[in-house]
Amino acid sequence: MTSPQDFVHPYIPNAVPAVRQAMLAEIGAASVEDFYADIPDGIRLHRPLDLPAPLRSEAELTRHMEELLAHNTSTRQVLSFLGSGCYQHHVPAVVDEVVNRSEFLTAYAGEPYEDHGRFQALWEYQSMMAELLDVEVVNVPVYDGFQAAGTALRMAGRITGRRRLLVATAIDADKLSRVCDYVRPDHDVVVVPVDPDTGCADLAAVRGELAAGDTAAVYADMPSALGIVDEALPRLAELAHGAGALFVVGCNPIALGALAPPSAHGADITCGDIQPLGVHQSFGGGNAGFIATRDEERLVAEYPSRLFGLVPTAVEGEYGFGDVAYERTSFALREEGKEWVGTAAALHGIGAGVYLALMGPQGMREIGDTILALTAYARGRLAEVPGIEVPYGDALHFADFTVRYTGGRTAAGIRAALKERGIFGGVPTGEHEAAYCVTEVHTKADIDRLAATLEEIVK
Amino acid sequence: MTAPHTPASVSPDRARIAGKPRLRRFRQASWDEELIFELGSPGERGVLVPAPDPSVPAAEVPAVLRRAEPPALPEMSQQQVLRHYLRLSQENLGADLNIDVGQGTCTMKYSPKVNDQFARDPRIAALHPLQDEDTVQGVLGIIHGLEQLLKEISGMDRVSLQPGAGSAAIYTNVAMIRAYFAARGELEQRDEIITTIFSHPSNAACAKTAGFKVITLHPDADGYPDIEALRAAAGPRTAALLITNPEDTGIYNPRIEEFVRIVHEAGGLCSYDQANANGILGITRARDAGFDLCHFNLHKTFSTPHACGGPAAGACAVTEELAPYLPRPTVEPDPGTGRYRLDDDRPESVGKMRPFHGVVPNLVRAYAWIMSLGAPGLRAAAETAVLNNNYLLHKVRQIPGVSVPYAAGRPRVEQVRYSWEKLHEDTGLHSEDLGLRAADFGTHYWTSHHPYVVPEPMTLEPTESYTRADLDEYAAILSEVAREAYEDPETVRTAPHRSTIHRVRPEALDDPAVWAVSWRAYRRKVLGEAER
Repeated sequence: MTSPQDFVHPYIPNAVPAVRQAMLAEIGAASVEDFYADIPDGIRLHRPLDLPAPLRSEAELTRHMEELLAHNTSTRQVLSFLGSGCYQHHVPAVVDEVVNRSEFLTAYAGEPYEDHGRFQALWEYQSMMAELLDVEVVNVPVYDGFQAAGTALRMAGRITGRRRLLVATAIDADKLSRVCDYVRPDHDVVVVPVDPDTGCADLAAVRGELAAGDTAAVYADMPSALGIVDEALPRLAELAHGAGALFVVGCNPIALGALAPPSAHGADITCGDIQPLGVHQSFGGGNAGFIATRDEERLVAEYPSRLFGLVPTAVEGEYGFGDVAYERTSFALREEGKEWVGTAAALHGIGAGVYLALMGPQGMREIGDTILALTAYARGRLAEVPGIEVPYGDALHFADFTVRYTGGRTAAGIRAALKERGIFGGVPTGEHEAAYCVTEVHTKADIDRLAATLEEIVK
Repeated sequence: MTAPHTPASVSPDRARIAGKPRLRRFRQASWDEELIFELGSPGERGVLVPAPDPSVPAAEVPAVLRRAEPPALPEMSQQQVLRHYLRLSQENLGADLNIDVGQGTCTMKYSPKVNDQFARDPRIAALHPLQDEDTVQGVLGIIHGLEQLLKEISGMDRVSLQPGAGSAAIYTNVAMIRAYFAARGELEQRDEIITTIFSHPSNAACAKTAGFKVITLHPDADGYPDIEALRAAAGPRTAALLITNPEDTGIYNPRIEEFVRIVHEAGGLCSYDQANANGILGITRARDAGFDLCHFNLHKTFSTPHACGGPAAGACAVTEELAPYLPRPTVEPDPGTGRYRLDDDRPESVGKMRPFHGVVPNLVRAYAWIMSLGAPGLRAAAETAVLNNNYLLHKVRQIPGVSVPYAAGRPRVEQVRYSWEKLHEDTGLHSEDLGLRAADFGTHYWTSHHPYVVPEPMTLEPTESYTRADLDEYAAILSEVAREAYEDPETVRTAPHRSTIHRVRPEALDDPAVWAVSWRAYRRKVLGEAER
């Protein structure tokens, strides 16, 4: 259609031809081409990009996007029992109100004077997470929980100077993939299989692996990929510490109003994902990672990420903020810094702070207990369905749990049949095993409907 | 109760309005807001949680797993929480509110509001990543569509949108480079990565994290990466070149093809950091200069909001030769049905770079932005960004005390790294002092110019979003600050004067005895309260 010279889009004010000409005249340039003089002709694209014709008006764009969005079915339209690392929790309206404010949404790497609010909100996030996790140091969010786990393990490696990393609880395959890739230059990952009957850590096997020496860290997830909160966590800490290794625990922070935080079990580094704390699922786009430790210089020195600190200003009684130990970072040291730091997921930290402030200690306790109760109820209720077994019966589960189908139908077939009946769930984890999840958004009636539906399907 | 509205009380005001000053008399909100832990009182709460049906019993939790003490979170009513955070938001200067050209190297452009609406729609926000493919064809179509757009924009063959941000995409490219040489049995030999000092620190840091030795090229006398140093560095140990072009100085390296050829002839790969792509959209492409891989920052070039430092989103684009190593899963269209499926069966893949499928809300925004502009719009964005940059350059270089290091007489692309060295020599004031004073006029002040190779640096990137009047205003602010530096240096030295707070005393940030990363650390270490 048009040449660029005629394309005055609402987003590009100075494309107005008269303005453009006036600016060129003021500079003394004949055309914009003058500014591209250093780009050799041989690598110039001598044609327009081959892209769809622009949807110039907001109305046309909206219509196009609506057509695409219409091909999605959301978890608001359908009853969903999906979890496994991305969770459907209620996001309080105030969280959305705050994170969608232009002042937060469109700010970037501002400094304490014009972005004081960003510093304070993120420092308060760090502080509220520190209370929840019972530690003193929490970082500004990294990309996601996978990254947090990989970095926490590399931190343990730098602190101990050792090579081996033992994974002691059931771990998500994708998370393991990320961790293995990330630690590969410096570490070997050893996955110690869990006890197949209990789903819990096999302490004898962990002890055996530790006997081989050179272990930097024992890693556990709480809950594990099977949804199990392992009673052996304190024993794993003892074993790790006895071998001179650090104990690193990945946890779901929304459980911690009701459950003891990993630091209480002896974790030296706690990590995880704050998506459950007021961040929408967004097809898996809402993840953001945290790392937390005691306030010891040897631990703090190994964080690659930003740590905001509270400092005085030139005026008595004013709170100021800044970067703690900035010289750790790759911003300051390039390849000599700790891993790397860049734009990650700060706004999710602000949102999680709002969430924790809204919930308070009572809300966090109640949501933890609600999810524990509904998880137990769902496991018990599904176990009553003929053709379903619910393994790892004695272990405490939080949100996620596994079911085993004994009626002959495959997990994939059952998942498809559930979908036909308007229920998302039962992600296959084996030919006859599947993962389900409940949160506070579910009611007893929802779980009963799932059980009744499965009764029709699984046989 | 109000006083009568008389003409006599109006006319003097009108007279004053007519005398609006040349520079705006900005004042940042300053609420002297408490820390959140100083607000609320026990028993208050901001939100209620659903309780299960009374017939559902509480779970039996082993004592060892029970939390002993409740977390010492604030206890606040809902409005109090809202008010606290809205006050903090007012003490924050988003790109929507200022002429945000000071955050050079970061491409602060307008993020269209309609795109935020798409990202927040429940049919994006309330999608779970493990839903059946049939139920997410819309979002898979958006991901695939964005991949196709970026293929054409980069000239590459395949794209992954999984990385969580620009630096994560740099790392992903390094991971693919590592996998490529591992598959060829050359990884032990090829253990070096070459980058340049004006490339983002993450290029060096990601290469090191992935296990490579880093070789850094410094600029020659004209500011171009030193090609003789490259020739000396390239060899059988070279795995790759990681380079930005234009670099953060805004200078385009005209010998880029030769750089690529030197590294290719040594057997290495070439990866193009395209965080600075905004000025060259539709002008030249990574593939056209011979690169094997490149990445984009969707939160820069493709207009997704920067969100106080993320969530961002990254995109990696590669040639067919590198395609087997892309993160899994990939989104694959089925030509027969027009439907999309996820392909997780990719044995040579570097694996997962983040959970699930990338920062989807930002993928939606970037897709909508490109679709709204199309080829002519991208070209107009690039050309206008470069026009704006050179216009601002023209104005700024007339300000006493400013210089424009390197490549004298050559144009700049989308940004310029200036130097206040002369002004510093004349007045003793630093670039940071000038920036803080500029903040008094309602602008975000410059900080992004690592490493400090250019003395007293100031990096400005005006992008296509700002009007000529905006650019004139920004130049006038700089001019005024420079005038003050010479005539009234104390005003500059003690700035900011109109910000939320005054200058911080940063000494405590580097002292382990008093640094305070949390409220409880502050109470213990600074206030001297006993640990609980």
